[in-house]
Amino acid sequence: MKPATKDFWRRFLRNPGALIGLLILAAVVLMAIFAPLIHPQDPWRMVQRPFLPPFAVDGFWFGTDTLGRDIGAGLVYGAQVSLLVGIVSTVVALTIGVTLGALAGYYGGLVDDALMRFTEFFQTIPNFALAIVLVAILQPSTESVIVAIGIVSWPPVARLVRGEFLSLRSREFVQAARVVGQSNLQIIFGQVLPNTLSPIIVMASLMVATAILLESSLSFLGLGDPNTMSWGYMIGAARTVIRQAWWMSVFPGVAILLTVLALNLVGEGLNDALNPRLARKGR
Amino acid sequence: MQKLGFILKRLLKAVAVLFAIVVLNFFLIRAAPGDPAQVMAGEAGAADAKFIEQLREQFGLDKPLHEQLAIYVGDIVTLDLGWSYRQNEPVSKLVFERLPATLLLTGTAFVISIALGLLFGAIAARRVGTLTDTAVTSFALIFYATPLFWVALMAILLFSVVLGWLPAYGMETVGAHLTGLAYAADVAEHLVLPALTLGLFFMAVYARLTRSSMLEVADMDFVKTARAKGVAPGRITRVHVLRNAVLPVITLAGIQAGQLVGGAVLTETVFAWPGIGRLMYDALFQRDYNLLLGIFFVSSAMVLLFNLITDVVYTFIDPRIELK
Repeated sequence: MKPATKDFWRRFLRNPGALIGLLILAAVVLMAIFAPLIHPQDPWRMVQRPFLPPFAVDGFWFGTDTLGRDIGAGLVYGAQVSLLVGIVSTVVALTIGVTLGALAGYYGGLVDDALMRFTEFFQTIPNFALAIVLVAILQPSTESVIVAIGIVSWPPVARLVRGEFLSLRSREFVQAARVVGQSNLQIIFGQVLPNTLSPIIVMASLMVATAILLESSLSFLGLGDPNTMSWGYMIGAARTVIRQAWWMSVFPGVAILLTVLALNLVGEGLNDALNPRLARKGR
Repeated sequence: MQKLGFILKRLLKAVAVLFAIVVLNFFLIRAAPGDPAQVMAGEAGAADAKFIEQLREQFGLDKPLHEQLAIYVGDIVTLDLGWSYRQNEPVSKLVFERLPATLLLTGTAFVISIALGLLFGAIAARRVGTLTDTAVTSFALIFYATPLFWVALMAILLFSVVLGWLPAYGMETVGAHLTGLAYAADVAEHLVLPALTLGLFFMAVYARLTRSSMLEVADMDFVKTARAKGVAPGRITRVHVLRNAVLPVITLAGIQAGQLVGGAVLTETVFAWPGIGRLMYDALFQRDYNLLLGIFFVSSAMVLLFNLITDVVYTFIDPRIELK
């Protein structure tokens, strides 16, 4: 391992929160990958009597829902949806945000003005309401949920990348690259962007967390893909029977909470490890 | 005078954003699969050929796109947000009827979140590294990671189903026909759970920010000077540190206004609170796009208004701000 990499891990693992977060996250990822092995049957299949309380029957530790579907299977397959939507929508947001932020920060002037107005506009509109409208208009599906979340979450990335570019674009190494005759695109992607990676990585890990929360809220409102079992959908379906079956809404909620918490902890750990000088005090 | 100019500039900007939202709505209707008239009519209205024809006429749907846009913008300027075929009422009437309930809920939640957020953040910052600090930061971290709608459900489960302390649904007791103070008390009782739920998430955000911002300010020279002069520690926290640390919190509060509206959709849905958030859920459920976009427009306007207010408040709290 390179000394810098070793340094990074030492700092990251010294933070107990980050370590716990990483462990929880690893568990969720493994659960998602091995879902078909853990629960070979379809999570939509009715396998037991309805309203079976948790721990009542062996193998159905999480109980069943109103139609006798296994909550445990839903939890496992829900992890797939959450992670998939969380990661892909973050990639979408990063693509838009990094491109616009880099152009604004690198070129400055009018380009910067125009792009920042555009960014401000998207930052002002209530983003969850926009996501709802987008998914409703595009018709609910995994793709439309990903697109909607991507569209509402890119502005902070653009602002961050723009700020970094503004401070880096007049540095010597950029001037050197220009003297050597590199094109603007080469300088943007080859010289400046690699130097802005650590704050982007930190932001990305926190964005996956937010995206998972957004996805669960959309599916809770019935705007998820009708063919996939997601945690938000499970809670939405359990809402009306909360008096009879607490477990139907409690377990998927805990799953969301743990996953999002883990990602936030990992993000903070990354922040402290990648920007040791900026690490917050009092922790 | 300078202040007035600043406010006017912000107002102009808000109007520009509002216009952009109208244009966005205009294109969203056309982005939906199917004919715009059918989309506007919603699923139920789509079968009514006469109504579709009427819509086509009204919005000039066979005219060129820019003329259609002009008609659309003209309607919105006169506060005509279209017709909800499902509810058989004008969208603006439906939305404005429900607006007060949402303002009551989000307003209360906002006050709770700012007040408690500042309080807990300040407590944690004064006792950095102690058990109190750890407790506050951990709770903030957990609430920050919890889906709002789930907190709402768990609150109902605990306080209404198990303990039976508070009503779970609605804004008033059905059929009670209370008046005056008794009515206010009844609404207040119904308000507790939704407002606390909505407020808690933002409280977590503000507590974290207050804490870190206070720690930052506490390290500055003027605070050291105050301490050296022998100013009482409580006074230093309140006057010197908190007053400066509160500025980023206000900035964030302005930015968060949009989130508050989004949160209202979820909270109102769970608690059956009769506001525009609940109306949005109903519109979704009935595929009533006209109503949906109308609510989107009004809630965006609400957020802009709120941003304007925070901008103005900021100029009063921090006289240093550049009025550009």
